Parts: sequence; C-alpha cells; structure tokens
Amino acid sequence: MRNTWILTKIRLRLAMRNKMFLFFSLVMPLGFLFFFAALFGRGRTGWIGYILGAILTMTVMGSFWGLSVQLVMFREQGILRRFRLAPLGAGPMLTSSVLANYIMMIPTVVIEMLVCRWTFHLKDFGNLWQIFLLITFGSFAFSSLGLIVASVTNTMQETQVINQVLWTGFLFLSGATVPLGVFPTWLQRCALFIPATYLATGLEFAATNLAGRREIIIDVIALILGLGVAFEVSRRIFRWEPEAKVPGRAKLWVVAALVPFLIFGTYENIKGDRLARVHQDFDVLNGRAAAPGSSASH
Amino acid sequence: MGEPIILVENLQKHYGTVQALRGVSFEVQQGEVFGLLGPNGAGKTTTIEILEGMRTPDGGRARVCGLDPERSGEKFKETIGAVLQSTSLPDKIRVKEAIDLFANFYPDRADTDNLLKRFQLDEKRGAFYSQLSGGQKQRLALAMALVNNPKVVFLDEPTAGLDPQVRREIYDIIEQMKREKKTVLLTTHYIEEAERLCDRVAIVDLGKVIALGTPRELKQRSAGTTRIEVRLAHPLQDGMLTKMEGVADCREFNGTYVLHSTHPPHTIVALVKQLEAQNNELQSLEMFSPSLEDVFIELTGRRLRE
Repeated sequence: MRNTWILTKIRLRLAMRNKMFLFFSLVMPLGFLFFFAALFGRGRTGWIGYILGAILTMTVMGSFWGLSVQLVMFREQGILRRFRLAPLGAGPMLTSSVLANYIMMIPTVVIEMLVCRWTFHLKDFGNLWQIFLLITFGSFAFSSLGLIVASVTNTMQETQVINQVLWTGFLFLSGATVPLGVFPTWLQRCALFIPATYLATGLEFAATNLAGRREIIIDVIALILGLGVAFEVSRRIFRWEPEAKVPGRAKLWVVAALVPFLIFGTYENIKGDRLARVHQDFDVLNGRAAAPGSSASH
Repeated sequence: MGEPIILVENLQKHYGTVQALRGVSFEVQQGEVFGLLGPNGAGKTTTIEILEGMRTPDGGRARVCGLDPERSGEKFKETIGAVLQSTSLPDKIRVKEAIDLFANFYPDRADTDNLLKRFQLDEKRGAFYSQLSGGQKQRLALAMALVNNPKVVFLDEPTAGLDPQVRREIYDIIEQMKREKKTVLLTTHYIEEAERLCDRVAIVDLGKVIALGTPRELKQRSAGTTRIEVRLAHPLQDGMLTKMEGVADCREFNGTYVLHSTHPPHTIVALVKQLEAQNNELQSLEMFSPSLEDVFIELTGRRLRE
C-alpha cells in the first residue's frame, strides 16, 4: 500500500508537468461541453443537466486512453524495467495508475460542474451522491480497461489504433454524445453490452435527477464487476519488458474481462427496462412527458 | 575461499532457436569485483539479467546471497542494486525526485543527498532527467543502484557509449565501490575496463565461459609473446607471416595482420626484409604487451569487438 501511494504521488507530479495531459483532461472536455451546450442546450435549460451527464461520461471514459498510452510508453522506453528491479509487484504499479487517474480527474469534474452552473445556469446538479458513485467506479473501471489495452498491445501504434476504435465505439454508441433514444432499437440493444452505456445512462439519469435507486445500483454493480475483472486480468498479463510479447493466454483473459458486460447486456435485453427508461427520460427532456415517479425516485 | 555470494551453475537459456547460454558456470566471492568480458551477443546480459531476476533460465542454477533470484521476490530485490544496459526514467522527473522515489521502496535506505554529492549530481538535483547528459544519466543510474545499500551490485556495460572522460569517471566510482568491499558483477567488452577494475574475469563467448581467472593469470596464457599489429600496402600470401622467425601465431582482421611473437625484434627484421623482397610497403606497425584481447584472440580466433 505504501509503494502504491509513493508511485501515485510521483505520477500526479509527472502528469501536472505534461501539457498534453492538461489539454486532453481539461481543455478538451470543456470544449465538448460548450459545443454540446450550443448544439442541444440552446433555450432548453432542462438539457444542460443531461449534457453535464454526457460530459462527465466522456471525462471518466477518457481515463483508459491516457493511462494505456502512458504505460506503453513507459514500457517501450525501458522505464518499467527499472521499476521491475525495485521490490515492487505489478499490483502497486497498476493500482497507482488507476488511483492517479482518478485523483487527476476530480478537478476536471468539479470545473465542468461549476461551468454548467455559472455559464449555463444549471440550477440542480441532480443526485450528487449517485454522480460521485458512478464517477468513482466508472473511473476505476475504465482505467482498468486502459490497463488491459496496455497489456495486450506491443507498440504505441497498436495502442493508439485500439484506443481509437474503443473510444469511437464508446463515444457514439453509449449515449454519451448522440442520445441513445434516437438510435434504432437494434442498435440500442447492442449498446447494452458496452460498458460505457452503463456509465453514460447512469450519469445522465443521475445528473437530470431522473434515476431510480435500483438503476444506479445496477450501473454501479456492472462497473464494479467490470473493474474487478479488468484489473485482475491486467495484473495477470502485465508485461514489464519492451521485448516481451503478448502471451496467447492473454487473449482468453481479455475475453474474460468482457464477461460481466455480456451478462449485464443479456439481463438488460431480456428483463431490464433501461431502454424504456432512456426513451421516457428523452421524452421528459423534450417536454413530451412528465418526469416518471418524480416523487418516488429521489 | 568462503561461501560464494554469487553462484552460477550450468546456466542455459534459449531465445527461440538461438541458444544464448550453453552452460555458464562461475562463482563470485564477497567483496570481489568480477567481470564478464565478451563480445556483443556472447550471453553476458542474459547471464546478469538472470542473476537480477529479470529473466528465467531454461536450465541450471543461479543463487545470489543464497537466494534464488527468480523465486525470492522482494527479499531478493532488497539485497541487490543494478544498472541495466538499457533503461530510462520519465523525462520530466527531477534528479532528486528520482533517487528519492527509488530509495523509498526499500526498508534500508542510503542517504540520497550524500549519494548525489558523491556522484557529482548535487548541482543537478532540480534538473529534469531529459536535461541530463549521457554521463550524468549513467551516474544517476549508478547512484540509484546504491539507494538500498545493496550487498551485491550488478553493472551491465556501465560505460558503453560514453566518451573516454566520462568512462574514467565511472571507473573511479566503481573503484570506490571496490574500496568499500562491495561485491560487484560487471559486464563489459572493454579490455581496459576489465583489466583495471576486475579482481577476476570470466571471458564469455557464444554462451560459454571460455576462460576464467585474474587478469594477470589470464594474460599469462599469452606470456612470452608480444602482439604486433601491421598494416601493409598490399596483401600477403597466406601463411607467409607465420613462417617468419619468432611468430607463434598470425591472424588477419580487416586488413590488419596481428602477429604474436616470442622474439619481436627478430620478427620485425624478418618482416621488413620480406616486404623489401616483395616490393611491399609497411603502412603502420604497433607493438602491444599481452592483454586480455590476446587471450580472446587465442581462444576464439576473433577480436572482442569484431
């Protein structure tokens, strides 16, 4: 635990000296916030809460990108080799990556919320406790996903390609950018198998005060399970050496990391009412329906 | 001799179809500076990285301070310090931060301020790693290898790629370790490094130890012969130099003829006469007293840095 904290502190310092990190973690999400507010929020204050949920989702999801790139760069440059000589296991190295990512994300989240209040006159942040839970476990889950990407790719080029594919999928299929409610039904059903969907819908419900306790619990459980499996998988297949290749069994472990979301996707498709809720909330935001159970759910 | 602090028995290692180690064996005593001398690809780095616990051998046995490097985990890592052949640190880490960071991982920590002074890095304590010269980076790597007061220090080609002045600075540092009775295992392909620093040397080639002893013992193999290196305007016929007076051995390396002679004056006179008779010209002639390079040539027929 001590070594994890030592590594976390140095990672925080290094990140603060990295201009690219500051751009991608702060400037870019704020840019998206202003863009979405201009696109969807004009004259419809109810939408700002929804947009805040989407922006928070993007901020949290961004964890996997920076983390995987940094680890692969450290491995390629032989930096991880030097750490391997010290009495450290893969656990502290990976945990510190996740923790540092989480701590660095918090100021961005706060700034985004304050911008929504001061610039876009958002009166109500929704359910802050639910937002906190989703952001915390979402960040850990997506960071762990970044650890897997770092473990299964050999070069920075491969990492960037995989990140690009994942990021695009998460961004456009989860409801974080294009509201899930506007997709055809078959695509909405597919989206239920994507980890990002649980984060995006959860945060959007929480930020618009439309979430029920049960929905948030499912979201948090899905993210915790995803996080647990992804972290353990990445710990098992972690490589310190630049020339060490991905072992064949790693591919099976990656499949294992997807299992929680296959289970939740199947459950939501058969028994869940997440899609119905997404439609309902979409209608509420567009003024086509009243808030569901507004007295009961919060 | 007491119980060896490093024990290597019949170490084997394959990389795919390439056999990197073919049964390497040696022992290092406490307080000894032991060198693995050999050309690139001889198996030096593989051997030292197995001893550091960075690689798994396919066969044989390695022990450091009685511990198995592969299985002894953190306890083992706390007993060793190492400078890897290829390693780096994040560009934006400061010198003092780096040395403190690594020191903090160990229960027994050296005074990092003292280490920075000793390695002449005190003025650079606030500099980013990316701002250091090659020599300063290497001095930092050496300082970091000592942050845990290790019993055994592994140095993998500690002066490779450094200019002669920096190399001499590193030699001074290693000599200081020697005075402090640290056990040091270093790999090198520099003859002068092995001769100057090492109490004993194992000459390694093609994954095997081909000679082992003190530099003096090893050089005695070539005792009584002097190395003469000549370059000529025109190539000579095969075997001509071998027949000359005093010549014990003759080999050609990239246009340079390397003769080992028991009677150098006689050999040189005979050589000059021979060249005159053939209308050939002597472009250069150098004489060397026996070195570990001669031992390597004798044993392998190749030069160390071919």
